[in-house]
Parts: sequence; structure tokens; C-alpha cells
Amino acid sequence: MSQSLDQIFVSAKQWILSLLSGTPDWVTTIVSILINISALLGVFLTIFALISVLERKILGRMQNRYGPNRVGPFGLFQPVADGIKMLIKEDVVPARADKVVHFLAPILVAATAILTLGVIPYGRNMTPFAIDGGILFFFAVGSTTELAVFMAGWGSNNKFSMLGAMRAIAQMVSYELPLIVTTLPVVMVAGALSPDAIIAAQDGYSFGIVPHWFVTTPWGAAAFILFFVSGLVESNRTPFDVPEGESEIVAGHMTEYSGFKYATFFLAEYFGMFAISGLAVTLFLGGWHAPIAVLQFIPSYIWFFLKLSALLFVYIWIRGTLPRTRVDQIMNFAWKFMLPMAFTCIIAAAVWHYQGRGLAGWLWSLAVITIVYLTLSLLLETKKKFAPRTYRFVE
Amino acid sequence: MNATAFIVIAIITIAGALAAATLPKLIHAALSLVIVFVGIAAYFFLLGAEFVGLVQVFVYVGAVAVLILFTILLTRRDIVSERGINWGGVIVALAVFGGLLWIILNTTSLAVLAPQFEPLTVKQIGESLMTDYVWPLQCVGLVLTVALIGALILVMEEKIER
Repeated sequence: MSQSLDQIFVSAKQWILSLLSGTPDWVTTIVSILINISALLGVFLTIFALISVLERKILGRMQNRYGPNRVGPFGLFQPVADGIKMLIKEDVVPARADKVVHFLAPILVAATAILTLGVIPYGRNMTPFAIDGGILFFFAVGSTTELAVFMAGWGSNNKFSMLGAMRAIAQMVSYELPLIVTTLPVVMVAGALSPDAIIAAQDGYSFGIVPHWFVTTPWGAAAFILFFVSGLVESNRTPFDVPEGESEIVAGHMTEYSGFKYATFFLAEYFGMFAISGLAVTLFLGGWHAPIAVLQFIPSYIWFFLKLSALLFVYIWIRGTLPRTRVDQIMNFAWKFMLPMAFTCIIAAAVWHYQGRGLAGWLWSLAVITIVYLTLSLLLETKKKFAPRTYRFVE
Repeated sequence: MNATAFIVIAIITIAGALAAATLPKLIHAALSLVIVFVGIAAYFFLLGAEFVGLVQVFVYVGAVAVLILFTILLTRRDIVSERGINWGGVIVALAVFGGLLWIILNTTSLAVLAPQFEPLTVKQIGESLMTDYVWPLQCVGLVLTVALIGALILVMEEKIER
């Protein structure tokens, strides 16, 4: 029973494809692809609508006020109202803007965000786009976002837009490095670049209660935190939202966008957030595996989406808690702390692997991480070393 | 199917290349170059070289294109100026094209059908990089590290004596 429930979506797709058994191969291929795409879009657009209202409600609760609660029960239909508002707004394009580039930027940014969602396994046998180098595909497509941001900033022909794009690209390029380097230990230990193989490597439980997820090892925990912080930066979320710092440069590269194009950027930002959280779940939190052996009867996709929502909640939580950082703080943090720690994770993972992946390896890798962390903290003691910030261009 | 894909990708790639060579705004040209990069990546995918295709997107679209855009943005003042046709460049390009065409048409191996290869998996590439080609890999790593340190030294703020 639980087996069939687990595979219910896969079986449904097989059933639809079996209806087409008489047609040529390419029809089946195309229909199969279309089913995957529409399922992906349907699920994530729903989650996007839900998270946009839940985020406001949770933030409201954290700031001791009501969130949106007027439209529908508990304000749940707020996204519908927002969507209608966005759709009927006038689409303003600046007269001096580069029309084509300005138009293409939101399309490119949304397309890349949706493509990155494709390689994540959402459950057993539920990877929409299963390729051998899935992780590489994720980062290859994800790096195209920088180009889209540049197009938005430059195409708008606006100083705020250009500044925002510059800031966004600077921090995305800087944090792409720790993001990828923290992925490396997982790829090394699993010995594969495909998300399915990485999830398969995290199968099994010690004593039936401790899952063999990579986050339960010291290097995995450290890499997970680094990955999560880099993910925050990549998706331009608070506390790293300087690219669109409202109090400084209006809305960064999105300043000159209105109506549905702005909504597209908004959607891409959230899709990027889903993708990076989904990848974090895949790499470190065991993907669709249940946390303890007894609970394995619950379908795999439920576990995946539970973990995903937990991470999304942390995103919102951080947004409700932390103030915005400065650009120089973000850069210093990336190059002086994140990158050395990310490299340490690789060494710790190697130590863990060559100590036989047992308790000894666990303790040794913990020792490596602790030593490097303490050394870095001593070296980077900001209070002693750095003089007050000097402003070179603003006197 | 493959022939159709080949032709479609070829048209898009060549159109991108032509746009990159002729568009008056340098930024537009650089953005068109991105289409060429993606087209080449698509070719690698078509040939079953998944890894190379992904690296092509990763390095050229993600890094080189952004580098080119920023170089144009930060060094040129006249981004919008009209570009005339560089006839010397046209001649050189035609000469290179003709030479390549001549060599390709004179290759004997074209007449023989290429043997079917199993597409390389990422794992095989990683294994050969880490065993047979580990020294070249290390050398490349060293060169890149030196380049990185050099770049850092170039942009390092010089201490102003007061």
C-alpha cells in the first residue's frame, strides 16, 4: 500500500503514457517531457503563491502585527488578489531604456530559475530531468542568472538599476565559489555528480534513528551551514539583500520594471530560493529519505517537501530577524571566512573518508573543522584589527 | 531528428555570431556572443558530450560573458559609438574559414564513418583526470592560483603615505 502511494505520481505518468502506446516514439518523448514540465510548474507556482502569503503572515507574527488577513479565509487568497493587481498594472518601459534587453531580462531570469528546479529529485523516481551531471547542470544554468541581472540593470538605463546589478553580480560571483566548493565534499564522498546517486549515498540508518545524511557528519554540518548562507546570498535574501536595498537604491536592477515584469523577477527570486533549498535538501538532508527508519512508510515526496518547507521557513525567519549587511562586510565574509571554511570541509570530508567513515573519522573531521574555525575566528577578530571604516568617495 | 536539431542550432549560432560581429552597440554584440556560446554547448549535448557542454555553459556563459560585459562597461566611454566594418578583419576571417574548410575537405577520415563511441560519463572523466592526467591538472591549478594572486596584487590598495 505504502509502496503504491509512494509511486502514485510515477504510476499516473506511466498510465498517461500507456494511453499513447500506438503513437511513434517521439510523441511519447515529447508528452513525457510536457508532463514533467507542467507538473513542475504547477507544483512550484502553487508553492510560490502559498509562500508569498505565508511569508507575509509569518513576518507579521514576528513583528507583532497581523499579516494579510482580508482576502479569503486567513487571507489565503491574497496571492490571487496580488496576481490580478500585477496583471492589470500598466507596463512602463523607460523611454531611454534599451527595449529589447529590458524585455528579455525577466524572461531569462525566470527561465534559468525554472531550469534549475528540473534536476532536483522530488521523490523516489521523481526527477523531472535526470542527467548524469545534474549538480553541474544546476550551477551552470544558475550562473546564467548573473547575465540576466546584468541585462536588467544595463537595459533599464538607470543609475540605480546599474548600481543594483553591479552589487548583485559582485556578491553572486563571490558566493558562487563557496557554494560550489561546499558541494564538492558531498560529490567526493558520494562519488557522483547526479542528484539521484547522491541521495542513494545517504540511504540507511544507524540504530534505526540516526539517518546517514551528510548533515550528521561534522564536515556535512559545516558545509550545510556554509551552503545555506551562500544560498541566501545567491537568492538575494535578507541579510544579503543589498542589490535591492530599498532604502538605498530603490529596488536595484528591478527599479525600472513594473507590473507583470516585476512579478516575473519576484517569481524568479522565489524559484531560485526553492531551487537552492531543494539542492541543500538533496545534498545534505538526505533528499526524500525519511529521518528515522520507522517512518519510511510515509511517501518520499512528502518528506522532501517537508524538508523544503522547513528550510523555507528558516529563510523567512532570518529575514524577520537580521538587519541588512553592508557590501564590504558581505565581500570580506565571503573571501576571508566562507572560502577557507569551504576548503576545510573538503579536507575534513577526506579525513572522514580515510578514517573508515566511522566514529574515529567523525571525531577527526570534527577536530579539523574546530581547529580551522577557531584559528579563523582569532585571525578575523574585527574589533582589534580593523580601523574605523574610511569612506574614500563620500566625504 | 538529430539533423533537424543540428540545422536549427546551426542557424541560431550563426545568427548570433553575425549579430555579435555587426551590431552597433558593443554590449549588444557581447550579449549576442552569449547565444553563440550556448549554441556551441548545445552541439556538445547533441554529440553526447554532456560534461563538456555543461562546462561550456558554466565557464563561457557564467564567467567569460560576464567578464566581457564588465570589461566593455568599465573601460569604454563610447559604448554606443558606430562601428564600421573592419575590412582587414573580414579578410582574415575569410582566410581562416577557407583554410579550415580546405583542411576539413582534404581529411581522409571524413570519408570513413566514425566508429560509435560510448558517451563518456562524468565519473570516467574524473577518474582519468585524477590518475593519468593528474600532473597536467596540478599544473593548471598552479597557473590559475598564480593568476589569482597576481590579480589580487594588481588591485590591492596601495598604502597612502601621510
